[in-house]
Amino acid sequence: MFENLPKFVFFTGKGGVGKTSLACATTIDLASQGKKVLLVSTDPASNVGQVFDTEIGNTITPIPTAPGVDAIEINPEEAAADYRESVVGPMRGILPQEALISIEEQLSGACTIEIAAFDEFTALLTDNELVDRYDHVVFDTAPTGHTIRMLKLPGAWSGFLEEGKGDASCLGPLAGLEKQRDRYAAAVDRLSDGDATRLVLVARPRVSALVEVARTSVELADIGIKNQHLAINGMMSEDAGGDPLAEALLKLDQSAMAAIPADVAALPRTIFPLRSENLVGLVALKRFAAGDEDKVDAARPGSTTATDLPPLGALVDDLEGAGKGLVMFMGKGGVGKTTMAAAVATELAARGHDVLLTTTDPAAHINETLAGDQPGLTVSRIDPAVETANYRDSVMASKGKDLDDQARAMLAEDLRSPCTEEIAVFQAFSKVIRESSRKFVIMDTAPTGHTLLLLDATGSYHKDIMRHQGTSGGTKLVTPMMRLQDPDQTKIIIVTLPETTPVLEAAHLQEDLRRAGIEPWGWIINSSLAAAETEQPLLRKRAHSEHEQIANVRDVLAKRLAVVPIQAQEPIGAKKLSGLCRNGTVSAAA
Amino acid sequence: MTDITVYDPAMCCSTGICGAEVDQRLVTFAADLDWLKSRGVSVTRINLSQEPAKFAANDTVKTVLESKGVEGLPVVLTGGEMSSSGRYPDRAELARFTGVSFVADDAPAASTGCCGGSKKALSGCC
Repeated sequence: MFENLPKFVFFTGKGGVGKTSLACATTIDLASQGKKVLLVSTDPASNVGQVFDTEIGNTITPIPTAPGVDAIEINPEEAAADYRESVVGPMRGILPQEALISIEEQLSGACTIEIAAFDEFTALLTDNELVDRYDHVVFDTAPTGHTIRMLKLPGAWSGFLEEGKGDASCLGPLAGLEKQRDRYAAAVDRLSDGDATRLVLVARPRVSALVEVARTSVELADIGIKNQHLAINGMMSEDAGGDPLAEALLKLDQSAMAAIPADVAALPRTIFPLRSENLVGLVALKRFAAGDEDKVDAARPGSTTATDLPPLGALVDDLEGAGKGLVMFMGKGGVGKTTMAAAVATELAARGHDVLLTTTDPAAHINETLAGDQPGLTVSRIDPAVETANYRDSVMASKGKDLDDQARAMLAEDLRSPCTEEIAVFQAFSKVIRESSRKFVIMDTAPTGHTLLLLDATGSYHKDIMRHQGTSGGTKLVTPMMRLQDPDQTKIIIVTLPETTPVLEAAHLQEDLRRAGIEPWGWIINSSLAAAETEQPLLRKRAHSEHEQIANVRDVLAKRLAVVPIQAQEPIGAKKLSGLCRNGTVSAAA
Repeated sequence: MTDITVYDPAMCCSTGICGAEVDQRLVTFAADLDWLKSRGVSVTRINLSQEPAKFAANDTVKTVLESKGVEGLPVVLTGGEMSSSGRYPDRAELARFTGVSFVADDAPAASTGCCGGSKKALSGCC
């Protein structure tokens, strides 16, 4: 699978691209060469146990069916929960409940989970006695550039070491762990050592996915992680068998690969074909690792009964009754939020409503393809990069101006955290929110519940100030959370893909919103093969395997659901976008 | 010279940058504390989400939390006695608490008003 692997191998990439599958197959491949391998999964949706048909969990466990392989599953959510409990637990019964809740919320962000996961796997990475027992240690996730940069900054540590400074924002969750400093430094060194560590970047053969992986590649190279390898996972077979959808998807894959960004074009590259089923079980993994052909029995293709899958148009039917309101689309990057928002906005306008669509589409694509195309529809765009830069600049100019160099570097890194972008974008959006009392305002992003709770804490603080100053004068104060909690004013739609990890990630987003007292109004499963028309055996089999996740969303997770078929072409222009709502099916490439 | 201790509400950091919008008051307050330090006052800040045990260990602070909840934060103690609760005092007040001389020239240049920023619309503050 991969040649000349060093001792440590990390797989990195977005949820659902197949990191765990590739990590498992690599492990099996190495073991078949007689190597002793430790497989470490920090994927919250880890199915390594299922893949090997063994109960694994949080301890190093030998895999009976694969001699030479040990595995461990670290759940970062649990690690974060353990950390929260270690802070809050001793205070139970001592501090009032309300104070404990506010501490827990501070320690419930993405940062805490990431730092907690990092803490767990550095323990493995730097335990020489342990790693000496193996020829290879394979990790199915890797820390982000932001985390590594934070840990490399000397200023990140001085704040903890000097009693009472407590200025360590993004590393806040690490407070009290400063005794681990040497261990973190050793872990970062090991990650940056090209002779010891290789980073495998995993991406789907799609333009946006390749652009994103290129960004990650540059970011990690900049901090010294230079031994990189690109794995393209899920390339459509060249044998489309005359099926229009299969041919169109192959064309999409090929044109994306032809336009691969220069930053990753020169990396050593391995292409893995789209498989008919998930890699579960030793036999499937061995076949995959050996590069065996994926044989699908054409005589018995899985069913693709799309008839009972609710179309996007049904959601629009439910939305349009109010005649106005805020509709926000939420989901991880790459699930198609912008397209879904544009499709719903276009359809609402086509039905005669006054609609403002606000997007964060970095390519300004929607504006170009929709400009003046649909009467009643106005499109505005905010550029996340510009908004975030403005926000950073204003903070550096105010808070940063009196700081010394170390503290400035620390502040600058804090401002590169994912939270910063989320907040900057949400603030920019907030300017148009009030228009939703007159018309439909459709947005292709939404803040997480965690951010809203923190913003609301600020809101309640302002409320408190106004009360103290006696200036409120009975003014009804509306915090952003209150606005978003009101189902008459705001509807949040979660967008995901019909695969295990993306659905799990979306379920986490829903839980996070519920913590903030917001109930998502509906879900969209995008890019579904099950909802598409295809006769190609491999695609039909994959379509069939989507049903489990679709049923999970429909029956357990979602109040309302629409399933949107995979698009053989990018839906450009009002007609095609609206068409997504009308019948869901978009004709395959002409 | 006396000492001052600030018991902050649960925040990622004392600037409030992480997680929520940057609160100009917090930025200004941090600068005011620096100014106080430059006048020889010993300044300590304690964050609820990082060192909750210290909140529980101080009877005054614990009593505030029990009676007013987190809205009683921040608590500012001067020489161990409570000077303020539930708000961030300005530079003139901090000077008064600690007996540091404060003249008009010492006032910070930046506006400290809640409505100073242009990005406050969403918070419903103004």
